[in-house]
Amino acid sequence: MAESPLAPRGATRIWGHLWMILGVFVVVFPVYYVFIASTHSTQTILRPPLPLLPGPEGVANYRDAFSGGIDRIGGVSLWRLLGNTALIAVGIAVGKIAISMASAYAIVFFRFPLRMAAFWLIFITLMLPVEVRIQPTYKVMVDLGLIDTYAGLILPLIASATATLLFRQFFMTIPDELLEAARVDGAGPWRFFRDILWPLSLTNVAAIFVIQFIYGWTQYLWPLLVTNSNEMNTIVIALRKMISFADAETPWNLVMVTSVLAILPPLLVVVLMQRWFVKGLVETEK
Amino acid sequence: MQRTVFPHKVLPWLLLAPQLAVTLIFFYWPAGQAFRQSTLREDPFGLSSTFVGLANFRRVLSDPSYLNALQVTVVFSLFVAFLPMVIALFLAVQAEKIVRGRGVYRTLMIWPYAVATAIAGMLWLFMFNPSFGTLAWPLRQMGINWNPLLNSSHAMILVVAAATWKQISYNFLFFVAGLQAIPRSLLEAAAIDGASRRHAFWTIVFPLLAPTTFFLLVVNTVYALFDTFGIIHAVTGGGPGKATETLVYKVYNDGFVNLNMGDSAAQSVILMVIVIALTAFQFRYIERRVHYG
Repeated sequence: MAESPLAPRGATRIWGHLWMILGVFVVVFPVYYVFIASTHSTQTILRPPLPLLPGPEGVANYRDAFSGGIDRIGGVSLWRLLGNTALIAVGIAVGKIAISMASAYAIVFFRFPLRMAAFWLIFITLMLPVEVRIQPTYKVMVDLGLIDTYAGLILPLIASATATLLFRQFFMTIPDELLEAARVDGAGPWRFFRDILWPLSLTNVAAIFVIQFIYGWTQYLWPLLVTNSNEMNTIVIALRKMISFADAETPWNLVMVTSVLAILPPLLVVVLMQRWFVKGLVETEK
Repeated sequence: MQRTVFPHKVLPWLLLAPQLAVTLIFFYWPAGQAFRQSTLREDPFGLSSTFVGLANFRRVLSDPSYLNALQVTVVFSLFVAFLPMVIALFLAVQAEKIVRGRGVYRTLMIWPYAVATAIAGMLWLFMFNPSFGTLAWPLRQMGINWNPLLNSSHAMILVVAAATWKQISYNFLFFVAGLQAIPRSLLEAAAIDGASRRHAFWTIVFPLLAPTTFFLLVVNTVYALFDTFGIIHAVTGGGPGKATETLVYKVYNDGFVNLNMGDSAAQSVILMVIVIALTAFQFRYIERRVHYG
């Protein structure tokens, strides 16, 4: 590396660091800012500029938020909001993986009439995001009685053309000999899946899980449409309700705590599962 | 290639059933309804509807508020498609120069990806809130009458900033991957020939990154058109006036707040056409990529 004519010399390298530090600062600052705000009192928050170091109210703010503070402004406990959001995020991620793997398995390892038609039917949903069919989809939800239910929040979002495509692509790289050998040994579709395919798919499953968990956690338009009751709010929707009805009485310190808690779980998942996340993102989308 | 397959004929349909059921009930049926409603006009009580052909489309397309939303969307999308790319490419190139500590920078650069778009909007609103935002405060000290809640350009700047911030992570990861895929030998040859880094970048690196750049352009455009709904809804509500009302926000607003089904459906159909065009474009380009690779 050292003798390569490409190895950047001292000054270039230092400039690289300086620019990266500036870039990282801009990228991280908004999250840092809300974290700092969550450790100050409402009075301090409302009197700019905000100090740039954590304040003394941190523990008190978080304790208050978890023990009834959010109920007073949002009408529902912080635990419930986090629970709802986690349930939806995990439900969507697991649901997508399950039905996409099943469809990809059917399309790759079986031959049946209308196989490609089924594939295209799934594939074309790429072109029908929720945003372009808001009103009629809402009507379906009402007709099926799915408003304010977890099923309503999860089911419509688990169809996934991208996950199906990814699993299909991956299954097609499985050497034919593996399946032949399995069939010679008398393995049926379920045995082959459980003993051979599933263990081989784990990295892809992890990658898709991270991406879809983030997708589920950060949903906005859908929960906004299909929930009316505060009890069914996700933390993101609850937060938006808090700030849109803000007045002189709004306890901003608790709003900031809620923001931090809305960001923290997906942030931890992305950072801790970074390896799978980056692989999944860069490889699926290309 | 002839694959070995299982002989079952019913099992594959059972495996496909859940996915097909979800897509038919929640995708195809509503999309079909959108097409149907876009040609109907409901009476004010919603009791009966009559077929009006393309009248809804004609009215929508000649409605000044729709044209305004179209213009807002174009301006917003242009910024949000290009700004994250420019920033991310610049940073990815800087990251390439670094030998130690790249991992730390990457870990921090991906933070915004985990933040919901609506929350991204709220974070920027907190920082730039005219009454208590810490970063609005110096602007006011400098004599700028900063107020994104009343001033249209300020509102647009704020939503563009939040949308751009959120998208930098994604673009950064793709450019880093793209830069790593460039053959070292090409750059070494250029360096030996005495080309400066800048010259090598514009004549070798940037052209080789074209596939990544086109891909990100499409992704960012789709993101700007659809995924940024949360930012607009949470931060400006389309205002002040209609200064930040994008097409998707308007569909939502007309369908749910103003309850105008025919117009909302016609707008949905127009959006569908836009998505189909973008997706087709994306696939044509991916097809070409295969030939490169």
